[in-house]
Amino acid sequence: MSVSKNWTVLAVPVISVLFGLLAGAIIMLVSGNDPAAGYAALWNGAFGDSFYTGETLRQMTPYVFAGLAVAFAFRTGLFNIGVEGQLLVGWLASVWVGLAFELPKFIHLPLAILAGAAAGAAWGFIPGFLKARLRVHEVIVTIMMNYTALHVTNYFIRDVISDGADATDPVHETASLQSEFLQSITDFSSLHNGIYLAVVAAILMWFMLEKTTLGYELRAVGYNQHASEYAGMSVNRNIILSMVISGAFAGIGGSMQGLGTFGNMFINSGFSGIGFDGIAVALLGGNTAIGVVLAALLFGALKVGSLNMPIESGVPNELVEIVIALIIFFVASSYMITWLLGRFKKKEAK
Amino acid sequence: MDYVIEMLGIRKEFNGFVANDNITLQLAKGEIHALLGENGAGKSTLMNVLFGLYQPEAGRIRVNGKDVHITDPNKANDLGIGMVHQHFMLVDTFTVTENIVLGNEPKKFGTVNMKKAEQKVRELSGQYGLSVDPTAKIADISVGMQQRVEILKTLYRGAEILIFDEPTAVLTPQEIKELIGIMRALIKEGKSIILITHKLKEIMEVCDRVTVIRKGKGIGTVDVSETNPNHLASLMVGRDVTFTTEKTEAAPAHNVLEVRGLSVNDSRGVPAVRNLNLDVRAGEIVGICGVDGNGQTELIEAITGLRKAAEGSIQLNGKDITGFKPRKVTEAGVGHIPQDRHKHGLVLDYPIGTNIVLQTYYQKPYSKTGIMNYKEVYKKAATLIKEFDVRTPSETTLARALSGGNQQKAIIGREVDRNPDLLIAAQPTRGLDVGAIEFIHRRLIEQRDSGKAVLLLSFELDEIMNVSDRIAVIYEGQIVANVDPKTTTEQELGLLMAGSKKGADERV
Repeated sequence: MSVSKNWTVLAVPVISVLFGLLAGAIIMLVSGNDPAAGYAALWNGAFGDSFYTGETLRQMTPYVFAGLAVAFAFRTGLFNIGVEGQLLVGWLASVWVGLAFELPKFIHLPLAILAGAAAGAAWGFIPGFLKARLRVHEVIVTIMMNYTALHVTNYFIRDVISDGADATDPVHETASLQSEFLQSITDFSSLHNGIYLAVVAAILMWFMLEKTTLGYELRAVGYNQHASEYAGMSVNRNIILSMVISGAFAGIGGSMQGLGTFGNMFINSGFSGIGFDGIAVALLGGNTAIGVVLAALLFGALKVGSLNMPIESGVPNELVEIVIALIIFFVASSYMITWLLGRFKKKEAK
Repeated sequence: MDYVIEMLGIRKEFNGFVANDNITLQLAKGEIHALLGENGAGKSTLMNVLFGLYQPEAGRIRVNGKDVHITDPNKANDLGIGMVHQHFMLVDTFTVTENIVLGNEPKKFGTVNMKKAEQKVRELSGQYGLSVDPTAKIADISVGMQQRVEILKTLYRGAEILIFDEPTAVLTPQEIKELIGIMRALIKEGKSIILITHKLKEIMEVCDRVTVIRKGKGIGTVDVSETNPNHLASLMVGRDVTFTTEKTEAAPAHNVLEVRGLSVNDSRGVPAVRNLNLDVRAGEIVGICGVDGNGQTELIEAITGLRKAAEGSIQLNGKDITGFKPRKVTEAGVGHIPQDRHKHGLVLDYPIGTNIVLQTYYQKPYSKTGIMNYKEVYKKAATLIKEFDVRTPSETTLARALSGGNQQKAIIGREVDRNPDLLIAAQPTRGLDVGAIEFIHRRLIEQRDSGKAVLLLSFELDEIMNVSDRIAVIYEGQIVANVDPKTTTEQELGLLMAGSKKGADERV
């Protein structure tokens, strides 16, 4: 029984992606474009040569962290919509530490990343604390905290770190994630060392949830607070801890942007969108570590590859947004897919 | 005999597992027909076949003498078959009337004609003696009332045949009496009833005939007037069952639990336990007996640390454990079989194996320096599953997938295995069949015989009188009497539970 169940777990996201691409093809056909050319351009733009592959992996990196943040909270029964805000404050904290100190690299870089994690964790602590103590729903608080983060970070960039500038200076080289090696093998893409951290983070999340007593507790509280309390676990402590860990993942996602991709932080007129895409990544990845990594790779490829579509095939890159939306739609309506699979199996049996 | 429903030779398989094998059930017009079987015997499957949720692999269904093919629940409704589910299907924030007419609303200019609907509900409830307030919100009425709403829902849809799925499992003794009255009124109005149950007493009291199934097979149909509970139980379980649990004289020693002057408030802040005193000694089973809502739940929650005591002290083996957190209470030597096994007893989405270490996961050998050792966890689980006869495909099966009886056995295994000095068993046999009940009672008595103190809470008088060595009657948050189960009677207990003092002949 467990074998067929695992198969369904995998089948839903895979079929959703195929359906999404298929629907995208139909839309291209209807709007007078050539789907084959469009998808060829998408593929070339994502994996066509080493430069594009590097860009895809770079784009994937923060998605992994955002996806892990959402998935971690979700596995412990919480819905962290505040990944976007936690990512922004993590970004700022990393850049700040990257600018403010002059230290050897082996101290400076970890310190900058830890600062990002701590800032994200603090941003996650507030909704966790409010939920634990006052039963305020975390969705409401985290949504509000996103806006707070956006404007607070903008204020710090303009008025605290710089003197009225739109962006901070680049972080010191000792706090940078940029890698000459990775750039050289990817034809000078912006790929940076963060990709290694993303993989480590995924393994860490898996280990924490599946192998530790902390994970046993957190998941138990997520499934059934009453039974957890009966068993002597502290429900409130676990709620706060879960939001703090989730926020830390999101915060490091921000470090990836600040120390790797951009090397600085600039005034954001709106959300980066990575935190919200993280919800989709977690959903598509079934809230598992390996699933999040694969879904983040897909999202990275779609986002980066789409930029090549108008150039190579004349298909507008907004089409990829539609495809992503449809993939999410099909995952969310997984019930429909499992039902279809059930019908299919029955017919086969007959 | 005229049959309104005939299910002939029904067979239903799930992936090679035969849930129903050649079962025949014939319901005569105007009778209450019991469908009796252990948990997992295939009662629900059979009724789901009748209700159109499953299609049988073999067999025929006849309604009023005509062959029918019931493809879905709507078809069953059209044929006049209505189901009163065990877990109510009601919208909490809707009124009684809104729930009853849901999906079948009387309309007026495209809006719901609530006046007419209320009128209809009043008529129906008057006709069958089901007094409910049509304008009350579901969230505000008692479980017994909610069940009446479920019954009215089927009647509103014109049901002639009503299926009651374990209707008494959630009711208090008083509500059960009322339900029996309602069922009789329904029969008088020409309805026919199938009663799914494993409670033999109820069958003896209200049913005309009973069809027994065991492990998916039809054992046969007998007239209730020609049978007795012992015979029915042996038909159901397939062997002789003893109702009075065999046990030797208790040899109580020192006090294990001492509760002095305990007061506890309920969730609304109203005193539920008032200045209560209670002793439980090593080597005895003390049964707490009382009508639901007299402070039993709060008492147990206070002892186990789930609720704060307002006043008084709780001592375990002479050590003050008042105000201890649940983990400290557990570590001090208290085992707790909780009243609601789904809410408190198990994490249903965890494998049954990891549920076994719910309180001990942080200790060796199940974990070391924060890292779980699932191999040890499952090893332990496998031992307990075998020892406590938990029927599960494997240790990694989700707890949710197990039947109620097996979930309960797993909990009892977990609590007993920790070898606590005080074992609190709150309604340990609720909703279980006679086989499982017998097993659990034996285990409780074994604990007592090995010198442990056992505190038993139950709403079943039979259970209290059979298993306890001493009965403490609770009324309005106080222990009003300690009686000897060997010399007391149900009548005496009934009076004490209702608040009349011992020896007084008038009820207050």
